[in-house]
Amino acid sequence: MEQDPRDLEKAQAYWRENIRYVAILLAVWFLVSFGAGILFVDVLNGVRIGGFKLGFWFAQQGSMLVFVVLIFIYVWLMNRLDRKYQYDE
Amino acid sequence: MDPWSVQTWTYILVAITFTLYIGIAVWSKARSTRDFYVAGGGVSPWANGMATAADWMSAASFISMAGIISFAGYDGAVYLMGWTGGYVLLALLLAPYLRKFGKFTVPDFIGDRYYSKQARLVAVACALLVSFTYVAGQMRGVGIVFSRFLEVDITSGVLIGMAIVLFYAVLGGMKGITYTQVAQYCVLICAFMIPAIFISIQMTGNPIPQWGFGSTLSDGSGMYLLDKLDGLSQELGFSAYTEGSKSRVDVLAITLALMVGTAGLPHVIIRFFTVKRVRDARKSAGLALLLIAVLYTTAPAVAVFARTNMIETVSNRPYDSMPEWFGKWEATGLIDFTDRNGDGVIQYVQDPERNELRIDRDIMVLANPEIARLPNWLVALVAAGGLAAALSTAAGLLLVISASVSHDLIKKTLRPGISEKGELRAARLSAVVAVAVAGYFGIHPPGFVAAVVALAFGLAAASFFPAIILGIFHKRMNREGAVAGMVAGVATMIFYILKFKFGVFDGGQAAAAGLTGDWWFGISPEGFGAVAMLVNFAVALVVMRFTAPPPAAVQDLVEDIRIPGGAREAGPAPH
Repeated sequence: MEQDPRDLEKAQAYWRENIRYVAILLAVWFLVSFGAGILFVDVLNGVRIGGFKLGFWFAQQGSMLVFVVLIFIYVWLMNRLDRKYQYDE
Repeated sequence: MDPWSVQTWTYILVAITFTLYIGIAVWSKARSTRDFYVAGGGVSPWANGMATAADWMSAASFISMAGIISFAGYDGAVYLMGWTGGYVLLALLLAPYLRKFGKFTVPDFIGDRYYSKQARLVAVACALLVSFTYVAGQMRGVGIVFSRFLEVDITSGVLIGMAIVLFYAVLGGMKGITYTQVAQYCVLICAFMIPAIFISIQMTGNPIPQWGFGSTLSDGSGMYLLDKLDGLSQELGFSAYTEGSKSRVDVLAITLALMVGTAGLPHVIIRFFTVKRVRDARKSAGLALLLIAVLYTTAPAVAVFARTNMIETVSNRPYDSMPEWFGKWEATGLIDFTDRNGDGVIQYVQDPERNELRIDRDIMVLANPEIARLPNWLVALVAAGGLAAALSTAAGLLLVISASVSHDLIKKTLRPGISEKGELRAARLSAVVAVAVAGYFGIHPPGFVAAVVALAFGLAAASFFPAIILGIFHKRMNREGAVAGMVAGVATMIFYILKFKFGVFDGGQAAAAGLTGDWWFGISPEGFGAVAMLVNFAVALVVMRFTAPPPAAVQDLVEDIRIPGGAREAGPAPH
């Protein structure tokens, strides 16, 4: 398969944008679970929302809700990126 | 006797659901290896999301997890975050690219990307070890449900479960498994949610369990449920429910090991080979996590309800006044009462010298509806849900085992000339053997099941995850680096488990004594997969620097899987 150099450039630009999205989303992933749910749990437990201590809530509820949202944001971003670079199938 | 007893209801519900599973299997018989391994590659994102959720949520998620949390309190978060956070890694780092790569198995990717039979064989060995470990636990779960609710012995229970799985996995392959898993997801999620909603209304007046366990009690006291449970726990000498007792570094390590292990489990990864396009792989990972999160966010609520109910029902109450379920679980040996001070009253406290009651945490979910005095049909529904969870996961694992043997071992290594028909026969045969082996371990469970589950996640984290990530994101990664990394990671993991779980190096004394003080960096064997994964990454990157780069064709392959356009048909090109 002969590669057109412009194709290669396009593929690399697409890949760079993808990596940027992944890095940002994984930073959030880390912050809500390892950050709010574990490392800063004691600080956050000082805050209460209803019957929940906030740190405990992040560890047993909030982090999972954010995970779901993160994947759907990624799906949306990538579908948009696929269209921009005409990689949509 | 009440004609509509729990047992009658269980028979009815189990009969209906099993007929449904068999019906689906007959309807979706596999006709080619492509059907058998990847369900023909045309599964819709929703169907794949549901199937992945059922595949993932095992007897452990359904039966054990809420129970574990109800005894561990805050520390239970390691399972909640660990077993869901892995899906973010899957969706962002693995699933789309593996779908684009478009083959049948995880060893397929390792073997092709690292242009090496040895790499493929190391991957096959890991896949088999991880899957067998896992499947034995599922069969055991089937046995427990049968023996408690249908009052047959565990052996017959396991045999019935084997027969059902055998039927639809062998006949339908991935295609049969996928559509039965869709049905099983519906059964198990109803079975988990309906009792949880009932109990939430009962205790807090709030119909949403996720919200209910942070609400005030409906007994008019105006007290928050979690505050009450914290108080009860401390009164009995346990640590406060919302605080936990594990060290911070260990919580971090276990969570990371479970996340990475989840993303590296072959039976989860292969589900993403079954969808049509790369974008479907991303979407179905999102849907799978959404559907999983329904159960996983409810589990901590169930844990709080069950724990509170349990303490209130048994603590400082006369043994003679215990309800019917107490006696039934005592008969299975999962509840055990010894009246140490002979006063006929149950003392349930943390202090082992004075404690008189031992409750197996596995019964919390199954006993919960009875403890909360819910109607019989609901209790039976939970039994059917437990079976659905165990069977769906068992089937997914059996497929990995059979594909590893028939595809990676026979077709790709031993007899490349085998015909399509021959390979399909080999796949079915190896599924039969796998069911038989799994059933054997279900009936004669090795005493080290719990230790081996830590090993399964640790191994997946230490072997597949780094090898696949580097294979996609590091074009320069070569055969030597990947193989050395996998071998080093797996060896470190096995060494740690042997040392601290089995005590192989000191005659077992230290492991039996739970030598937590000697753990490296204070990390338990359950969390050590995180360290073993880092070892894999480090060794792979160092070895790569001193060895030749991969051939140009492989580097092109990496470029190719990074962009979605025109995902190849999974498996061999149509003739």
